[in-house]
Amino acid sequence: MAKSAVKLRAKAKKGMIDIKCLMSHPMETGLRKDKKTGEKIPAHFIQTVVAEKNGTPFMNADFNSTISKNPYLRIQVAGEKGDEIKITWTDNKGESSSGTKASK
Amino acid sequence: MKRRLFMKGTLAGSAITAALGAGLLAPRAVLAAWPESAMTSKEIGDTGMASATVKIKAPEIAENGAVVPVTVDATGVDGIVESISIVAAANGVPLAATYNMKEGAIPFVSTRLKMGKTGDVYGVVKTASGTVNAKTQVKVTIGGCGG
Repeated sequence: MAKSAVKLRAKAKKGMIDIKCLMSHPMETGLRKDKKTGEKIPAHFIQTVVAEKNGTPFMNADFNSTISKNPYLRIQVAGEKGDEIKITWTDNKGESSSGTKASK
Repeated sequence: MKRRLFMKGTLAGSAITAALGAGLLAPRAVLAAWPESAMTSKEIGDTGMASATVKIKAPEIAENGAVVPVTVDATGVDGIVESISIVAAANGVPLAATYNMKEGAIPFVSTRLKMGKTGDVYGVVKTASGTVNAKTQVKVTIGGCGG
């Protein structure tokens, strides 16, 4: 898996923060087959995403395997410039990664 | 219900309650419980009433079903939005994602889905007073599931 799995951009505008985020993840559904061996590729996808502002979670999302590979997420939260945004994901294998960024 | 599954469920449930009682689990860990039954269900589920207050944006024709950008804007909905779900009706497992909103969050989400074939995409918005939805049809020329 690629390193630094959460790319994050947060921009404050008129009392709200616009957050764009890219998570690097294969998002395997468990239904696809390996073309060479014909065996099923086991499911491997992000299940939960938690977004926090200054340490307080404001949104938690449950993803299914039908979300695209390398999921993109855009969300908004009330806040000001300088607020710290943190996004953490956890997948069905228990792996997790997070990214933190101060809002611009 | 299968007995084994049921036992597992109750056991896990009681373990969580016990841990909560002891203050062992941080609130975040509790929130992170993934709703497996909803996520594996082949039913579309409760989408509520159609409403013009919910805005959904998705391409009319998606050339690549592996990447279908969908935006749901529920800022026009009355009351506090508890959650936004994205449901692709034609998919084997329709529910794609649920976003649970907490204080401060603006009910606006945008993401990308995989879609196997042409079908309606619902943006389902849950508030304290009920559930409303908006839907749009997406035509998929190349499916995004399998390969």
